Amino acid sequence: MEASSASSSSSSSTGFMENVEQAHVLAVDDSIIDRKLIEKLLKNLSCKVTTAENGLRALEFLGLGDHQNSSLEGNISKVNLVITDYCMPGMTGYELLKKIKESSLMKEVPVVIMSSEYVPNRINKCLEEGAQMFMLKPLRQSDIKKLRCHLMKLERT
Amino acid sequence: MEVGQMQRRWVDYTKSLFLEGILDGQFLQLQQLQDESNPDFVVEVVSLFFEDSEKLLNDLTRALEQPSVDFKRVDAHVHQFKGSSSSIGAQRVKNACIAFRNFCEEQNTDGCVRCVQQVKQEYYLVKNKLETLFAMEQQIVAAGGSIPILELSF
Repeated sequence: MEASSASSSSSSSTGFMENVEQAHVLAVDDSIIDRKLIEKLLKNLSCKVTTAENGLRALEFLGLGDHQNSSLEGNISKVNLVITDYCMPGMTGYELLKKIKESSLMKEVPVVIMSSEYVPNRINKCLEEGAQMFMLKPLRQSDIKKLRCHLMKLERT
Repeated sequence: MEVGQMQRRWVDYTKSLFLEGILDGQFLQLQQLQDESNPDFVVEVVSLFFEDSEKLLNDLTRALEQPSVDFKRVDAHVHQFKGSSSSIGAQRVKNACIAFRNFCEEQNTDGCVRCVQQVKQEYYLVKNKLETLFAMEQQIVAAGGSIPILELSF
């Protein structure tokens, strides 16, 4: 349904940052303020952004929710990156990360964890579980740029 | 007052907020994110912060009035407040929240009650200052001027 600009990317699972115009990021945070901020930061780098206020909503959007149905499968191919807060009531960012990495459909999607607290154990735990990166809040434009560079390097290996 | 004068007042006022430590570099980030596609970005984010904060302060006050204080709950609220104030650059509110969390850890009710007062004070201060700042911005725009770009280094 989306008009695509001239792009040679075939499958949606590659080229997250090669075709930044098409990058679709799912940002998960229980703070409405932080959702607004991260949305703007990502939009400034031409990303398409969907926000979710908790892990359950995020999973539903990804088509991994309890009520999996075909109408949601369309989202699976669209999300190129998930960026999630760690501390959230209910499902934490770590738990969301695990669920994504456990799923056959979404496990290749890079997941970035953010937190306002620098807790090495927490960071290591997330990285071990397959998180691509950890970022300290509050996020700045330079952090999102670094994210892009890091992911571009991944694509090339 | 002509536009140039209003703009200079705005610059001086904004600088004073940074010098007094009421705002920090994160607020500058917000201002830098404001552009033609989002000309009211700062006001929108700060308004969300005000709404969120009023609710948090109410929740905190009520939680501390309980006969048996649930310090985990209090700490959760303070953590949230610390996060939101940090995200908009409200430095003194953030610092008050950091101190608050220590008292939560110690399960010190009196200390916590004092902290709520402190946080409230800092919050109303920054709210007042930002509302004044936004009013200045409205005046500048109404007079046909534009809001200056701040060049501050930290």
